[in-house]
Amino acid sequence: MAVELSAREIGDRVGAIVDACASLEGPLLPILHGVQAEFGFVPQTALRLIADRLNLSRAEVHGVMTFYHDFREEPAGRHVLKLCRAEACQSMGGDEIAERAKAQLGVDWHGTTPNGAVTLEPVFCLGLCSCAPAAMVDGRVVGRLNDDRIDAVIEQVRA
Amino acid sequence: MSTLVYVPRDSGALAVGADDVAAAIAREAAKRKLDVTIIRNGTRGMSWLEPLVEVATPHGRVAYGPVTVADVVSLFDFGFLKGDWHRLGQGHTEQIPFFKTQTRLTFARCGITDPLSIADYEAHGGLAGLHKAIAMPPAEIVATVTESGLRGRGGAGFPTGIKWKTTAEAKAPQKYIVCNADEGDSGTFADRMIMEGDPFVLIEGMAIAGIATGSTKGYVYLRSEYPDAIAVMSEAVKLARDFGMLGPKVFGSDYAFDMEIRSGAGAYVCGEETSLLNSLEGKRGVVRAKPPLPAHQGFLARPTVVNNVISLASVPIILDKGAAFYRDFGMGRSRGTIPLQIAGNVKHGGLYETAFGLTLGEIVDGIGGGTFTGRPVKAVQVGGPLGAYFPRALFDTPFDYEAFAKADGLIGHAGIVVFDDSADMLKQARFAMEFCAIESCGKCTPCRIGAVRGVEVADKILHGEEPAKQIALLTDLCNTMKFGSLCALGGFTPYPVMSALTHFPEDFQPRTFAVAAE
Ligand SMILES: Cc1cc2nc3c(=O)[nH]c(=O)nc-3n(C[C@H](O)[C@H](O)[C@H](O)COP(=O)(O)O)c2cc1C
Ligand code: SF4
Ligand code: FES
Repeated sequence: MAVELSAREIGDRVGAIVDACASLEGPLLPILHGVQAEFGFVPQTALRLIADRLNLSRAEVHGVMTFYHDFREEPAGRHVLKLCRAEACQSMGGDEIAERAKAQLGVDWHGTTPNGAVTLEPVFCLGLCSCAPAAMVDGRVVGRLNDDRIDAVIEQVRA
Repeated sequence: MSTLVYVPRDSGALAVGADDVAAAIAREAAKRKLDVTIIRNGTRGMSWLEPLVEVATPHGRVAYGPVTVADVVSLFDFGFLKGDWHRLGQGHTEQIPFFKTQTRLTFARCGITDPLSIADYEAHGGLAGLHKAIAMPPAEIVATVTESGLRGRGGAGFPTGIKWKTTAEAKAPQKYIVCNADEGDSGTFADRMIMEGDPFVLIEGMAIAGIATGSTKGYVYLRSEYPDAIAVMSEAVKLARDFGMLGPKVFGSDYAFDMEIRSGAGAYVCGEETSLLNSLEGKRGVVRAKPPLPAHQGFLARPTVVNNVISLASVPIILDKGAAFYRDFGMGRSRGTIPLQIAGNVKHGGLYETAFGLTLGEIVDGIGGGTFTGRPVKAVQVGGPLGAYFPRALFDTPFDYEAFAKADGLIGHAGIVVFDDSADMLKQARFAMEFCAIESCGKCTPCRIGAVRGVEVADKILHGEEPAKQIALLTDLCNTMKFGSLCALGGFTPYPVMSALTHFPEDFQPRTFAVAAE
């Protein structure tokens, strides 16, 4: 499923992203976001290229990347389902919704279904706390989750 | 003439189907050959009514909600385009009690205008503050903000004018305005709503801050969990630049100011201002020791104002209407208005802007209408994950920085999360520790290690292992975290934990587990 990319291909595409961010003050986060948007994760080879271009050590770039929850070292599933675990959603039964989703998908937090369809991730607040419990599916927001609504979301992404 | 129909684009409305409703209205209008223009406004903040569809009638805007796609045909049948009766009808939007009783200063336009129309923005009072600021000596802008009594809405409540003055007086070739749009606190969404619903007011506030302090560059550090807000803000910045509101000569003046939107990367601690600055510089989001203050050495070690979205978005009206106008609202040392965010298990949730001073009970029982489930309110967490849990016994606490501090709590970013009597306060205390452990930047031991220990101790209490000893240990741990942490993540996590323990001790007692009949 995942297309193997040659080091050269990664190099060209990462180079273009770094070029586009070259004039920014503090370019590293925009570059990492750009790389992740391009490949779906941040490939190891990209770290060295970014480090060289920004005059940083590879360890520094790796340290930054691993500090933030957003950046992945491995590709995610075809869909990413983020469920809010924070307090307002808890007060509306978010924990039960999460348990239901885990059971239906057969994965725990950060897990990907064996068919590569869905990665389940926790998120701490989506700013939808007055229509809780809330979720995000591939960047799209969903609120007022109940058993039916979470089942419908899972149905859409699990295939 | 075309009839104007408003369907919000706020993510709170999108999350419950607003895009589909807008599309269904467009389809049905086309089918009936009716001339309808759909405007995607921000939200009025009445979340339980979303998607709230409004129709402009000769006698004002009339509201219907919550509308689903299945309701659209009947809305047309019943004549909603003329504002006629329908079972989802809410009457005139501005007469809905939740809306009518507010004092909307910062959110004056949110939900009313098209967020991405500068013409609409200006027609509803926008840009007046910036034009006045351009004509004033910068020191006078700072003095106006100081006199207004505006305090930082990000949580710490530091006087905004004093912060600006420090940066204004700092000498450096380049200074910055950094807007903290990390809004990580659960139960809060005011920043998101203003950015999605009235982005130009934030841009205007930042431009005024730039002129006042001699800063020519601004950044909005916006959390990645808000892709819709990022999209609206990015588009608004482009439009503002084209309009001459941003650029080398702001509206033809001698002032330069421009700005960029930067996305966070999913770290709660990056809402802390020094961690945010490290993140903006492309580093790990580790908290910096203060001093130096960001006002002296902030972004790239240059003088930087770091302000919350709502602090900055409140500036235009202060400049427009004057310091005294704003100052006249509120109580004690909490001046002006505060956008309350009423959330969680509540009947009428949403954004409610009002002068400081309402009691917690008036907010939760009165405005919020009690719980969504209809069960009794057990606890209310105020001020996000680092805020205290309040029992009903403290419902007479007025919404004011000092009064909340006196009650061993904080108002933080003014998020209010309601729990009914099914809440388990030991579980909530455990979660506070777990959250701290997940989000700790790792710089200091009490936070990094203490939070992990806190989770273990909570688990032992749950399993009835020497509960008295564990409760003493938890209290001790909280003291260590409170006094030994560098920032409020480790330092304030004891608030939810200790308030849960103090006000709900019964939830920390050994449990008699019902033995399941197998
Ligand atoms: C752990 C932590 C998280 C914070 N998160 C935010 C946040 O999301 N948004 C915010 O405006 N301030 C946040 N703050 C407060 C900021 O450090 C800072 O006080 C604020 O940005 C100053 O702006 P103001 O004076 O306009 O409130 C946080 C503080 C801490 C300790
Ligand atoms: S209290 Fe926690 S988050 Fe704050 S500086 Fe210390 S380790 Fe970092
Ligand atoms: S707490 Fe879940 S969306 Fe805010």
